[in-house]
Amino acid sequence: MPINVKVVERPVEDVSYVRATLKGLALTLKHLVDPHKVTVQYPEERWDISPRWRGTHRMLTTEDGKAKCVACGLCPTVCPANCIKLVPGEDEEGNRYPLVFEIDEFRCIFCGYCQEVCPEEAIHVGRHYENSEYSRDRFVYDLARLTQQTHPVCEMWDPADPRGE
Amino acid sequence: MTPLPMLLQVADPQGPPTTGIFIVATLVKIVVIFTLYMLCVAYTTFAERRVAAWIQDRHGPNRVGPQGLLQVIADGVKNFMKEETYPSHAYKPLFILAPALAFVPAMLTWSVIPFASPLPTPWGRVDMVVADLPVGFLFTLAISSLGVYGLTLAGWSSNNKYALLGGLRASAQMISYEIAMGMATVCVLLLAGNVVLAEVVQQQAAMGWNVLLLSVACFIFLVAAFAETNRLPFDLPEAESELVAGYHTEYSAMKYSLFPLAEYANMITASALLATLFFGGWDIPFTRWDNVPPWTVLKTLLTFAAFSAKTGFFVFSFIWVRWTLPRFRYDQLMSLGWKVMLPLALAYITIAAGVILALDRSGLARGYTYGAILFGMNVVLLVVLFVVLDRGRMVSPAYARLGPAAVARLRAQSAPAAPPAGTGTGAGTGGR
Repeated sequence: MPINVKVVERPVEDVSYVRATLKGLALTLKHLVDPHKVTVQYPEERWDISPRWRGTHRMLTTEDGKAKCVACGLCPTVCPANCIKLVPGEDEEGNRYPLVFEIDEFRCIFCGYCQEVCPEEAIHVGRHYENSEYSRDRFVYDLARLTQQTHPVCEMWDPADPRGE
Repeated sequence: MTPLPMLLQVADPQGPPTTGIFIVATLVKIVVIFTLYMLCVAYTTFAERRVAAWIQDRHGPNRVGPQGLLQVIADGVKNFMKEETYPSHAYKPLFILAPALAFVPAMLTWSVIPFASPLPTPWGRVDMVVADLPVGFLFTLAISSLGVYGLTLAGWSSNNKYALLGGLRASAQMISYEIAMGMATVCVLLLAGNVVLAEVVQQQAAMGWNVLLLSVACFIFLVAAFAETNRLPFDLPEAESELVAGYHTEYSAMKYSLFPLAEYANMITASALLATLFFGGWDIPFTRWDNVPPWTVLKTLLTFAAFSAKTGFFVFSFIWVRWTLPRFRYDQLMSLGWKVMLPLALAYITIAAGVILALDRSGLARGYTYGAILFGMNVVLLVVLFVVLDRGRMVSPAYARLGPAAVARLRAQSAPAAPPAGTGTGAGTGGR
């Protein structure tokens, strides 16, 4: 043999399959009647996710229900994944607002820079992780969807409170 | 004679019905039993998933309906809606026929199993068995042997090497264990003196259950039933770690679904047979009142409940064992079947037949005393068997460390293989 394979003799006369079988049956029955669940039983129980969790986005609104965004263009500029599409518009009073604001959640890397850079505290990354959809185009969130979502938003890292306490 | 007066004619509720009533009653029984049976098969698939989950400390399918009880309907709809694919080189007629051939025998067997005490009706007594065949048990043996055709033909007609291997394994395994199974039941027939399953039930009511009277035969039947239904630890025909999915590798949609359904149908039938042959059938333990006329509706309901409980327990055991034991190796399976089960069954027939003959010759009436003597014989045989199967150790743990003597011997064996000290070419190369 090319390598030294050590063949260990099994203590055959000391091994009982009968009792091993009965022991196994007892063990599975014990788990059946008295489960000790070591994993999170997902759909029934959920983890408390971190307050700094960066998930799918939310656009916060003003009291009259309009998006807080002023279309300054900082978030598409800072976005390293280039996933934010912003077309700015202006009303008669000269207020800027987004005509189109879309985030491609497939391209997004959830770095949270958009939330950090936003001067109006409009765009936020959210504390949310159940994002499945039936089609791919549903993953491009438009302004209506971003404002309608209600999940809690991320509390970004605070240098004064580095451990989040 | 018009049907209406015939139906209104009142006969002796305890006596046998007329031919017309018999036919009508049989048709009703077929419809009711078929419906119940299909429901049970469907819910056994669900029970398997839930019990598996509980054993593994999970939840299992619990999203469709209350506690997931509508899951079986979702599964059925899904399987019917799915695309069916046919492999281009499959032999189509047999490919299409095979799932049906796998499923039908399991249902056919059920027709001779008595599931409750006779039901008295205004039109005469109705036996609670679909077909009270005089050849009873022989029929179950004959039909259950047919089940292997479905699996083998599925494997062969798929024109796929893994499927073919699965089919071959199925045929070899089922034929091997069929023999042990048949041999184990010979003892039951010796004791009952009849092959009608209703008689077997009555014999057990009179003498005690066969599991106590013929324990070794019961054990052999149990093991063979696991092998016959292709359940773990004997699910070699579909061993997914070796054969993709075995004989049903190439199947899809409802045709695929029929194979698992056939497995569960076989499981229920095997459980019912086990309950009937060794656990008293519909007999309620510790009482005699349920086994004697006059028959009443209450007796029928109670005995049916007893029968369902026994069958249900064995179905649960099938599931329980599946999620406990690992799969046998193929040669282990064959040597267990041919070198252990078959000789054991033959030896047991000889011993049991000898004892029964001796007891009959001594003029002892067949009753509880007779059963007690047989039980005593079984206790002795079981202890002997346990010592043999347990490799001569009664109290050692299930696994053991090597003793000091064995360690010393192994060290002595491996000593020449190690390089002798001080003869190495240098300190730097001596390590490996």
